Amino acid sequence: MSRRRSLTATIVAAVIAVALGILLSFEIHWFPVQASAQSHNTDRLYHVLVIASVPIFVLVVAVILYCVWQFHMKPGEELKDGPPIHGNTRLEVFWTAIPAILMLGMVGYSFVILHDNEKKPAHEIQIGVTGQQFFWSFQYPPSVTGGPTINSYDLYVPDNESVYFNMRSKDVIHAFYIPAFRLQQDVVPGITTHYLATPDRLGNYPVVCNLLCGEGHSLMRTTVHVVTPTKFRAWIKSQLSESSSSTGKISTVRGASG
Amino acid sequence: MAAKLRAPGFYRAGWLMVGGVGFATLLTWLVRMSTGHATYHHFLSGEAVLTVSLLAVPIAFLIGIGGFDYWFYWATGRPTRPEDHSGHGAYTWKDYFRINTDHKVIGVQYLVNSFFFLLVGGLLAMLMRAQLAEPGSHFVSANTYNGLFSVHATLLIFLFMVPVFAGFGNYVIPLMIGAPDMAFPRLNALSFWLLPVAGTIMLLSFLAPGGAFADGWTAYAPLSTDAPIGQTFFSIGVQFAGASSIMTALNFLVTIITMRAPGMSFFRLPLLVWANFATSLLVVIATPFIAASQFFVLLDRALGFNFFNAAKGGNVLMYQHVFWFYSHPAVYIMILPGFGIISEVIAVKARKPIFGYRMMAFSLLAIVGLGFTVWAHHMFTSGMAGWIRIPMSITTAIIAVPTGIKVFSWLATLWRGVLHLDTPMLFALGFITTFTLGGISGIMLAMVPFDIDVSSTYFIVAHIHYVLFGGSLMTIFAGAYYWFPKMTGRMYDERLGKWHFWTTFIFMNLTFGPMHVLGLEGMPRRVATYAAQFADLNMWISLASFALGLSTLIFIYNMANSWRGGPKAAANPWRGMTLEWLVSSPPPVFNFDRVPTVVGGPYEYGVPGAVHGILAPTPATVAAGAGLARAPS
Repeated sequence: MSRRRSLTATIVAAVIAVALGILLSFEIHWFPVQASAQSHNTDRLYHVLVIASVPIFVLVVAVILYCVWQFHMKPGEELKDGPPIHGNTRLEVFWTAIPAILMLGMVGYSFVILHDNEKKPAHEIQIGVTGQQFFWSFQYPPSVTGGPTINSYDLYVPDNESVYFNMRSKDVIHAFYIPAFRLQQDVVPGITTHYLATPDRLGNYPVVCNLLCGEGHSLMRTTVHVVTPTKFRAWIKSQLSESSSSTGKISTVRGASG
Repeated sequence: MAAKLRAPGFYRAGWLMVGGVGFATLLTWLVRMSTGHATYHHFLSGEAVLTVSLLAVPIAFLIGIGGFDYWFYWATGRPTRPEDHSGHGAYTWKDYFRINTDHKVIGVQYLVNSFFFLLVGGLLAMLMRAQLAEPGSHFVSANTYNGLFSVHATLLIFLFMVPVFAGFGNYVIPLMIGAPDMAFPRLNALSFWLLPVAGTIMLLSFLAPGGAFADGWTAYAPLSTDAPIGQTFFSIGVQFAGASSIMTALNFLVTIITMRAPGMSFFRLPLLVWANFATSLLVVIATPFIAASQFFVLLDRALGFNFFNAAKGGNVLMYQHVFWFYSHPAVYIMILPGFGIISEVIAVKARKPIFGYRMMAFSLLAIVGLGFTVWAHHMFTSGMAGWIRIPMSITTAIIAVPTGIKVFSWLATLWRGVLHLDTPMLFALGFITTFTLGGISGIMLAMVPFDIDVSSTYFIVAHIHYVLFGGSLMTIFAGAYYWFPKMTGRMYDERLGKWHFWTTFIFMNLTFGPMHVLGLEGMPRRVATYAAQFADLNMWISLASFALGLSTLIFIYNMANSWRGGPKAAANPWRGMTLEWLVSSPPPVFNFDRVPTVVGGPYEYGVPGAVHGILAPTPATVAAGAGLARAPS
């Protein structure tokens, strides 16, 4: 095969590989289900990153394979050297400038997504989160309950309402992570950190501690229940009556782990 | 016997170490007794003695083997012994087990020590994968598992990745720049012996009450300040490894700046030397920060300083800032020398000059500069002020540009070359492939919303292993095969080398590739057990990782066997131009019996009649003592 034809063949193969790579990233959805408004944004960012990344990787691999195929040492070339090409300023400027522009473009787009994800909603409900070795507990303030603060080991949130979590740690650093929401935030002793999510899909999703917090770290898991606003209010009501009957003690130990 | 106990060596080290324990006991007893208040109703505390011993015993050992002898003589005004070069060079295997001032011996000491800890660290990884093969496994306890991955990471970072490159640098840099040795040979000897000390401390932590340090190699406070005594082994072990790094880096800088052969201008330096110059700048500036972070932890633990006790005004996030101010540049410390190795291998094996040599050198310096401006990208979810994420995200994305320049320059160097596809070249090409993947996942992680999703998941584990295993370790293997003939005077087995490459390359991807998926699915890292949904992939990863572990045995067998009985190597088996190939394999004790003069660039392949260095026609008259008279065996 002539050099020109083999180059054409490599380019065609590379283009097919790029198309396949991007197609696969869309067809196979590795992520958990999307259960928050933010998750749609973050997944879109992921797809943009993949579309930008696959061609770069394929380019690198294609050049290597083509060079191995065409330029490997043939018998009789043991003492031969390649042409003494020391560089090409135009090419070097090109592969400095293009990646720089690409990087800034991607970073810019990621900031747009970040801004969207963290935009203060018109209306939000506030829930307290307490992390301690090795379980989570949740505090529903009077603004949510309409009565006294509820302390619960279960996390219920209403669908399609923005939830603003105020998070504190009693001992070491934990991280509050809900993969279905695509959001996590460290929970740090001494300061209050915040986590804004807008659940938009009914269901139960895992909540995990995502920062090593000691021996029981791997079992510091619980579940977030995204329920309809009606069910949410009913659940709050049941918690209120339970807590008044048990004189303000922690209402339920179901769901505690670790 | 009395003479043996007084002469520098392991006997003297032995009784001095016993003395070190005695000193620690006495000191803690005196302090606790003299303060005499109610807190210290026990004047003898095992933990206090152990903590002080961990500092005193290693120093006693280093004094014992003679690491400080010359300086003590000088400092106390006693007549220093005239330099007879008796501490220089290796004539029997025993010379590798003492303070030795020959950079080639030290280089081999570094490399062998590093590969030993590679095996230990790899073995720990095998135990981890055995535990993770299925969810809910009880192969080891959760606490032991946390210890396993913490020691695994710590050993492979501080006792393998960082020092193995210092080993290559030690051996090759003086040869490449045409110098007889490093600028400070005694400091060089001491810098090596700190490493087995650090490694031993870290391994001994498994015997500590409460188990090995179990907070990851990041040792985030306040988990680390409340941990059992095993944590102290980390805090102190890191000090010795860090001191070793700083000494070597200083030595490299001074050697490269002051000891270049006539005609060796900076822009005639081989890129390996450039890479180590850049790395040494990073080490000297950054390493004191990790030393500080661990001293903070130590003071919090041992003396109740409350640096990181939020209830007493401590600042938890400060630990992370100080820690990452070293530990992000450390990532470049662990890859820039590898870039240097790859540049050497690719130029020689593609028989072409490095494409864009000056941009290759400048991009290293750009990485050094930018490397100090990205540390908080490890902290996007930490709770620090939100705005810091914006500049750190931009600089993190921009640092990909100089890295990209290097990848594209290597590719352009391959273009129209005459590719010798032997083991070092295969590892170099494999490196470019897997490192590009690691770089791409790094760029993805620089994007704040994506990082907020997958930070601290298995996606991070995949990323770091693509960068350090698929990146750094591939360059280390390439370098090990490439300079093996120079260091040992023997050739390695090419067929076994290729087997090693293909098994490593395939099983590396099968092991770490699926971890990306686990991360996207939301599996946290550093867990001893996990939800059932991740079971299949974890079993797959465990099986692949065992095969990956076995592939290392091919390398060890090839190296050991070839070193003992491989065919004799010529001075210049690769037809390389750089100065190390001008001297015999292995080189003479003082490297150059005839002084080299550099007359051209290091990679002028294909330029008719071009040479990099020429040796003076007559042997140099080196004023040296007995050391020169004996021929190295």
